[in-house]
Amino acid sequence: MKTETRTVPVASPVSFTDRSSADKRGELYKLTRRQLLTRGLVLGSGLVVGSSFIAADNAAWAMEVKALAPQTMATLVQMARDIYPHDNFGDALYANAVKGHDATAADDAEFLSMIEGGAKQLDAIAVENGNSSYVGTGWEADRVAILKTIESEPFFQTIRGGLVVGLYNQPEVWNLLGYEGSSYEKGGYLARGFDDINWL
Amino acid sequence: MTAPYEHNDDSVVVIIGTGAGGGTLANELAQKGISVVALEAGGRHLPPDYINDEWASFGQLAWTDMRTTSGSWRVAKDFANLPAWIVKAVGGSTTHWAGASLRIQDHEFRALTEYGSVEGASLMDWPITLKDLEPYYEKAESKMGVTRTNGIPGLPGNNNFKVMKAGADKLGYKNCHTGRMAINSQPRDGRTSCQQLGFCFQGCKMGAKWSTAYTEIPKGEETGNLEVRENAHVLKIEHDDSGKISGVLYADKDGNQHLQKCRVACVAGNSIESPRLLLNSASTMFPDGLANSSGQVGKNYMRHMTGSVYASFEKPVNMYRGTTMAGIITDESKHDTSRGFVGGYEMETLSIGVPFMAAFLNPGAWGREFSAAMDSYENMAGMWLVGEDMPQESNAISLSDEKDQFGLPAANVHFDDHPNDVAMRNHAYQQGMAVYDAVGATQTHPTPPYPSTHNLGTNRMSANAADGVVNGFGQSHDISNLFVSDGSQFTTGAAENPTLTIVTLAIRQADYIAEQMNADAI
Repeated sequence: MKTETRTVPVASPVSFTDRSSADKRGELYKLTRRQLLTRGLVLGSGLVVGSSFIAADNAAWAMEVKALAPQTMATLVQMARDIYPHDNFGDALYANAVKGHDATAADDAEFLSMIEGGAKQLDAIAVENGNSSYVGTGWEADRVAILKTIESEPFFQTIRGGLVVGLYNQPEVWNLLGYEGSSYEKGGYLARGFDDINWL
Repeated sequence: MTAPYEHNDDSVVVIIGTGAGGGTLANELAQKGISVVALEAGGRHLPPDYINDEWASFGQLAWTDMRTTSGSWRVAKDFANLPAWIVKAVGGSTTHWAGASLRIQDHEFRALTEYGSVEGASLMDWPITLKDLEPYYEKAESKMGVTRTNGIPGLPGNNNFKVMKAGADKLGYKNCHTGRMAINSQPRDGRTSCQQLGFCFQGCKMGAKWSTAYTEIPKGEETGNLEVRENAHVLKIEHDDSGKISGVLYADKDGNQHLQKCRVACVAGNSIESPRLLLNSASTMFPDGLANSSGQVGKNYMRHMTGSVYASFEKPVNMYRGTTMAGIITDESKHDTSRGFVGGYEMETLSIGVPFMAAFLNPGAWGREFSAAMDSYENMAGMWLVGEDMPQESNAISLSDEKDQFGLPAANVHFDDHPNDVAMRNHAYQQGMAVYDAVGATQTHPTPPYPSTHNLGTNRMSANAADGVVNGFGQSHDISNLFVSDGSQFTTGAAENPTLTIVTLAIRQADYIAEQMNADAI
């Protein structure tokens, strides 16, 4: 069960409401904190857990990476939030939106190199700016300024382009933005508010 | 002879494509007892199969074969291999269309005469008039069940319409209503009425919206005179030594090639594929492609002046609930050069879901301004702006260096806005934003054109053979048994959504083909 918990895919955020899984993630959380305290490594939204895991610092989600370095995935999650910042979206939605790059990188060495190189470049610019890393840069505006310097590059365009579908095609995102989607199963919107506007 | 037909049966009319033009023509000819083979590149999808999920539906229905783009239009940058958002399926883009059914206005058929010569534009008068088409418009409106015609009531206004209407009233616009829509406002012709699903673009799962897929096509098939071959992708049109069309070569779903012989061939593959097919059918006798003695095949590509305005308000609108395009302001569709441009435009309600809003609101944009707009999604209203764009010879479909899955040159779509298009779009943005500002918009988002849905003009009608590809009946000036039956016949674009006129032309063309066949002229 422990292994299963650690590899819960982020594909279905809804699954995280499952209580038994949540309890198991508590164990992961403890492990995470201990490791982090040992290493003194705190990476913004994503916490690196061992050699192939990252997890939220509140244990709301965890992800196993196959090809990318965990730190790189943590950078991508932060970058995703900085590109399309929605303050009421949990990190799980951003993690889900970028996790496909790990699978692509596992099959494509050139792609892997581009992503790892891009993440390192972000960190290098952050260090030049006097911060510890990209995710260690505290203000969104300062991180956005870093992204602006690389926005025409394939690395940035790959991440941004992937987010258009990866982030906004999640039913949980639709809920958060107030989009109810398919209505056919419920008989349409004819009796469900198609003309209910009351403030005009 | 009744369907199915043999490949070597050279008595049949072959129609390439089953959308608004091809699907309608197929049924009309079949009703007259003429044997028809309709070749459709896509598969057959019917209402139970339609998917009310934007990207999944796009994957099911969209034409995504290789195409390339060039020119200064923004689509070439943001969607380099997706110049058009049209459908590959039985029913063609009538599965995807929104249902807006407007007649072209009298003066728009005489664009050159009414507007005068416009620098850089290849304006011409159509060789036909509104008067010629009126009886056929009536038939088309009856066939399609267009609201506000034939005693059919208008659709009820949804939230998005109510916002538009309130703004239109405050601005003093006089002509704002829920449109002339080929969507049943009450049960008709064996189809139910609109249940306000909100997924008109994804294929109407209620079948309330007219589509050839489940109206014209099955009606034609019931006569026994129509055989529809789906997943039959046409590669080339062939001719005999006299220069008459003799057959159509196509690949079936397994890639096996077949030659269907024919008496007449009608091309209805939409304004990108139709000219591409004519160009790809070049031969020793016709080295520049079929029907191309004028050099006009593929030229004068029009896509309508388009743009959208979305606006955010303090409170919810939920624009996605209900019919996508049942709302229109027609006041700006007049020709009035005091606005700084020739021709006019329509303002029509439009909504897209979160997935497509993310893709189309401002392609390439990122950061807090963009995500704040997305955050206001449920408080948004939206409209589409659609007007007459200037035909330009340099806007053209040509053969690309890229190849399609059959190894044939793909279509390249080249487009630059004409200054008149830009002036009209800017005016339309201002007016669209004013409509929403009048009812308290907190933000407005002038949204750039999407990949083209209205593809027009690339085999234009002309009175003289030197000026265009087909005559007033869509018949090739060069080859008497070759017809064009889709929107590529349009001489100019006019301001109106084109489907009603494509259907109207197809009904009229069917009469003409039957007459010509009876007279043994073809």
